[in-house]
Amino acid sequence: MSKLNIKNLIKSFPSMDRPAVNNVNLDIQSGELVAFLGPSGCGKTTILKMITGLFQPDNGDIILDEQSLLKTPTEKRGVVMVFQNYLLFPYMNVNENVGFALKMKGVDKNIIEEKVKEMLELVKLPDIGLRKPKQLSGGQQQRVALARALISNPRILLLDEPLSNLDAHLRDEMRDLIVTIQQKLKVTTIFVTHDQEEAVLLADKIALIFDGELQNFTSPKNYYEKPKNTKAAKFFGGVNFINAKKINNDLVTDIGTVNYKGENYIDLNEDNIITIRPENIKLSKNNDFKDNSFKGLIKSVIFSGTHTRYKVIVKSLELECSLQSVGLQDINEDDDIYVHLPSDKIWAMNE
Amino acid sequence: MNNNLKKINIYAIYLGAFILILPLIAFFINAFSFRWFYPQVIPKELSLQAWVRLKLIPKPGQRTFEGFIELWASNPAVIKALLNSLSIGFLVTIVSIIIALPAARVLGLLNFRFKKLIIFIMVSPTILPPIAFVLGLNINFISWGFSGNYFGVCLVHLVPIMPYVVLTMTGIFANYNPDYEHQARTLGANKTKTFLLITLPAIAPGMVVAALFAFLVSWSQYLLTFLIGAGKVMTLPLLVFSTASSGNPALTAAISIIFIFPAILILFFTSKFVSGESGATSGFGKI
Repeated sequence: MSKLNIKNLIKSFPSMDRPAVNNVNLDIQSGELVAFLGPSGCGKTTILKMITGLFQPDNGDIILDEQSLLKTPTEKRGVVMVFQNYLLFPYMNVNENVGFALKMKGVDKNIIEEKVKEMLELVKLPDIGLRKPKQLSGGQQQRVALARALISNPRILLLDEPLSNLDAHLRDEMRDLIVTIQQKLKVTTIFVTHDQEEAVLLADKIALIFDGELQNFTSPKNYYEKPKNTKAAKFFGGVNFINAKKINNDLVTDIGTVNYKGENYIDLNEDNIITIRPENIKLSKNNDFKDNSFKGLIKSVIFSGTHTRYKVIVKSLELECSLQSVGLQDINEDDDIYVHLPSDKIWAMNE
Repeated sequence: MNNNLKKINIYAIYLGAFILILPLIAFFINAFSFRWFYPQVIPKELSLQAWVRLKLIPKPGQRTFEGFIELWASNPAVIKALLNSLSIGFLVTIVSIIIALPAARVLGLLNFRFKKLIIFIMVSPTILPPIAFVLGLNINFISWGFSGNYFGVCLVHLVPIMPYVVLTMTGIFANYNPDYEHQARTLGANKTKTFLLITLPAIAPGMVVAALFAFLVSWSQYLLTFLIGAGKVMTLPLLVFSTASSGNPALTAAISIIFIFPAILILFFTSKFVSGESGATSGFGKI
């Protein structure tokens, strides 16, 4: 139960022409499960390594429970990291691996033994204590690594790509286990991933990082409904972007004037971009809608099992729209169609 | 067909081993024979006279327990040289590994400008004939007071040894994942414990191989010991050479056996590190 503040964090490497981490500010609350999301090389692992103390930041501060960590050596920070490839110590058996942190603290042997058993039960791997890491599958190694990290009640748990080395079916299992354990122990957890689906499924909040810069730090839901900019929206599968000018109290877009109800209306500049999720767009053959309705032409219809995807041309702009199941009956390519953008589902951004 | 080929290969290996061992057999026979000369296939007479002359076995009639103790306590030249060789070898091995450890770590793990040049400079003593640098070195050693003493000999042995040790250890670190150390640190191990519990076990097999090289290079060093030691530091190779030039084959063979025996013993006990998957290439692997 510890809260972490990252302030103006900057880190450069001589081999890179831009800073690996550029002025990142983050406030992570106690007990939160936070994802650092971004393409590989965006600096997310570098931030983790600065939290553990492997790298010293060029500038800025890392504050754990109101105290700066920068002058504390790694082993005294109470920050435990689980590396992407687990890094179980090869010549120690599972019991010795899991008990390592307590042994370092000089805890009594019997207590270590008891605690190791408890942790192995927590990760649902009792009875493998005497095996060597080589004899374990990837999924088992990952769980042992998790048990080893959690045994000393870390203040912060860091997971570097915890699911990327696992098979698809193991990934679901491991994801559930991480969430269950995190909720049970309420340890403040940060995990790094490049997979937005993984981040959405696991995290309370997602820090989206591109090129060393924090784009947005908010709940997964907001990335879909209220993204901060088009970059963030695109990373989460946003496809419909329409230029919109704020004139008097209206948003005049490339396809026509829209009625907008977003709470950020006051903050908008003159030039904006509006976005809407494909699944929030409504289609109708006849113009059944009161407002935000535009006439278009069906370009393509693709049935994908659970959804049917339509591409609609409205005033030379292509919009993507997704309806559940088989979608509308009797709609084919080149048909005329009315497109409705519900005013409470539109979101406008400055960039 | 394939099976036959395998058999031929195996026979070829046996033949090779036999060719390598053959001179050793001759050695052994020679060391225990009396005047074994050309037309004779086997010596006419077996004898311990070479060992008696080396003062390792007492004269006939004195071969009791006390006789042996008394003889060895009189500090014969062979034993003195043996102890010198052993102690110089061990000392130089330990020092070379302590020096090579940080260097090898940097060379194995990091990439930087002029790395190849630095490696080339480090390896250069193996290409250079020792006589080329030892004469110059000798002048300096004399003025520094390192000539003709034990310390100077140890120091000069480091010159041909360091390249082997650094190169072998660089190989270990090239295959080593330093993230393990960081993992241990985040789990609460301080730097000393991390080195002892994580780094050392990972590099130990390779370190044994490096130590083996270091010891054997020091063990067989003749020219450097001869010049820097100025005849005052007697090691086994010096004794072997001076005996060999005296022209008594039995004596030379006996002293040569003493010379190769520790080396064979060490090779035997470390051979499992030289080959197999726990060998010099171990480390943790980078996955």
